[in-house]
Amino acid sequence: MTEENAVKKVIIFRLETEEYGVEVTHVQSIERMQNFTRIPNAEKSIRGVINLRGVIIPIIDLRKRLSYEEVPYTEETRILILALEGNHAGLIVDAANDVMDVFESEIGAPPQALSKEEQMYLKNVIKKESRVFTLLNVHAVVEALETASV
Amino acid sequence: MSHTEYLDMFIEESQEHIQAINVHLLELEKQPEDETVIGEIFRSAHTMKGMAGTMGYEDLTNVTHALENVLDQMREKTRLADAETMDVLLEAADVAEEIVEDIASGGEGKKDIQAITAKLLGQSMRSEADKETKEKSSINMDWNEYDRAVIAQSVESGMQGYTMQITLADNAMLKAARAYMVFEALEADGHVIKSVPEASDIEAEQFDNEFIVAVVTTAAKEDLVNRVAAVSEIETVVAEEIEITVSTDNEARLEKTPSSETKESSSPERKRAETNKTIRVNIDRLDKLMNLFEELVIDRGRLERISEEIRSSELTETVERMSRTTGSLQEIILHMRMVPVDQVFSRFPKMVRSLSRDLGKQIKLEVIGAETELDRSIIDEIGDPLVHLIRNSIDHGIEMPEKRRQNGKPEEGHVELRAYHSGNHVYIEIEDDGGGIDRERVLKKAVENGVIAAEDADTLTDYDVHQFIFSAGFSTVDEVTDLSGRGVGLDVVKNTFESLGGVISVHSEKGKGTRFSIQLPLTLSIIDVMLVDVGEEHYGLPLTSIVETASIKSSSIFYVHKRKMIDFRGNIIPVMFLEDVFEVPVEREWDRENYSVVVVHKGEKMAALVVDSFIGQQDVVLKSLGHYLRDVRAISGATILGDGNVALIVDTNALL
Repeated sequence: MTEENAVKKVIIFRLETEEYGVEVTHVQSIERMQNFTRIPNAEKSIRGVINLRGVIIPIIDLRKRLSYEEVPYTEETRILILALEGNHAGLIVDAANDVMDVFESEIGAPPQALSKEEQMYLKNVIKKESRVFTLLNVHAVVEALETASV
Repeated sequence: MSHTEYLDMFIEESQEHIQAINVHLLELEKQPEDETVIGEIFRSAHTMKGMAGTMGYEDLTNVTHALENVLDQMREKTRLADAETMDVLLEAADVAEEIVEDIASGGEGKKDIQAITAKLLGQSMRSEADKETKEKSSINMDWNEYDRAVIAQSVESGMQGYTMQITLADNAMLKAARAYMVFEALEADGHVIKSVPEASDIEAEQFDNEFIVAVVTTAAKEDLVNRVAAVSEIETVVAEEIEITVSTDNEARLEKTPSSETKESSSPERKRAETNKTIRVNIDRLDKLMNLFEELVIDRGRLERISEEIRSSELTETVERMSRTTGSLQEIILHMRMVPVDQVFSRFPKMVRSLSRDLGKQIKLEVIGAETELDRSIIDEIGDPLVHLIRNSIDHGIEMPEKRRQNGKPEEGHVELRAYHSGNHVYIEIEDDGGGIDRERVLKKAVENGVIAAEDADTLTDYDVHQFIFSAGFSTVDEVTDLSGRGVGLDVVKNTFESLGGVISVHSEKGKGTRFSIQLPLTLSIIDVMLVDVGEEHYGLPLTSIVETASIKSSSIFYVHKRKMIDFRGNIIPVMFLEDVFEVPVEREWDRENYSVVVVHKGEKMAALVVDSFIGQQDVVLKSLGHYLRDVRAISGATILGDGNVALIVDTNALL
């Protein structure tokens, strides 16, 4: 499997037992969980802000955002730092430990059975060998922030 | 370094030099005799000429060269800094500025400079003529050291130097050709060592009817005159021996002049070196430096913790020393991005001068607080809108002198440009003592434009009405002057400031004057805050909005309309618990007897904010919460504390 054939590189992360993917081009770095400062009166999934090398970045608890049950953070918990058109936001995920090449033929539409709201955050479903994971629509996740935080 | 990098540097430096020239020209106008000022202008012009030459911008080279010539004569006292000369010099600076702007916006820096160089040359020519009629002395030329050396050498080798003033007939058709013939006639048995204007200008026919040449030759004076006069279309030829000045007078001059020159040029240069030693740094690099530094601060925090745990006195000492050093370092880095608004303000005096002259008004511009610092990125944006506002004040605000006299005001109008720091903002104000805004005219226009309904007009306060002038397509001035009435309205000005996160408002009183007030944010600015604890969280309160800190008894709180109030020095002010405002999770085992409060104000309004404890006062960098968290209630931004943690900065104005 050569890299030239790869359509996109995807970072795989885990929420609960499910696997999700984010295009590597949207991710600036993966950080360990760290101290954050709570933002008062903000939307509930916004955990607060962190200082990442001098830049203040809002972080979103993805479990909360995607309506999973909230659990305490662990040693495995990671923050995916997204850089979208120069703007930063962080996503708290259960674990992130894999980068994968994904091919055109492996990408499919999200399942129709999901509700509109659920579909909003999902871009595609990727089937790779025996694994199935969901490609996250990161723009939708952070854009909801803009209006929700007001 | 690549060409573009050179180009950036060239543009930036040229702009600085033009600004310096402008400032110094205005200074010179006030003190026409001041040689140091002339020296400064000369140096700027000369540097620009050199740079423009290297970069291949011919027109700019020529303009600065002509400028230099006039200045040179002023230095030699053959030319006075009268109003006419000043006008031409300022105009030349304008032309140079236009060329540089063209280059900056991607143009080739080409411009028709004949008119201005001719004016400058006219100045220098006339000065020659003036000098001659006034003092009846020799035809004057400026000899530099090289010229003197050439003349001295020529005299030694048995030649003779002459200056010749040659006037062409008024109706001469081929001036350059005639001049060329004169040159050829003179060069037959000698050398032309210098001419005014320069040979290249003469070739380009950039002279009026006369020019001066200095020639060293073996021929006799009469011969020379006859030979030149033989060229057709030559009206008069006057020749004088240079000998007089070279061998008798010039012995002394040669002795004297260089020494006085060195004195003159070295002292201001030394002064410059002390006050103005700068290098250029790309702003991206400053950003990177800042971010890297903040990482260092985080690690410093970790080291501090580790040293507390390990308790090795050597380690503790080293870490303490490191903390002090990084503290100083921090201060330096923070201040590096800030530039004084003077960078923008310094171009206004000249603008006001020329505008008021064009309009026949007398206006004095007063600049206050030019040293106020703003982030570089904001400074870069506010120039144009400020130009517009100042033009507006001069054009529409200040009345004509007769009218002012009739209204019992001094003939000279007053425009004040102020900048100052307050809270999280920098304020810039432009105030004039002109006619003010006419409520009725604004209302009429607002109704015409459909901004408001006619029946609502009377219910509006003057202040509300005045803000209409920022609406699109608004101009109450019926006749369009070529100054402000260029189709760019105050709405554009307003939009520009708003895009910077600023707010503009106008206050006006009819007959008394108008004040534009602009509030600008400090996107990356250092502010002084009082850090407080609320529960486990830290918050920063801008020092400028704090009246005082106090401790109050819980029993002194009473209720007015269900709101908690205290009597604070005779004022009844509301009490707000920050833990409620910010929904801070706190668990208290017992009720507090005393509350620590910070009394804040916004104008006349005050409030007491209850906190858990005061940490102390600190200079911090105000940072934005980023694109995705733009409007958090009562939070104006955040800052990174020494331990790397983030503290939110409270916008106390939003609480009042």
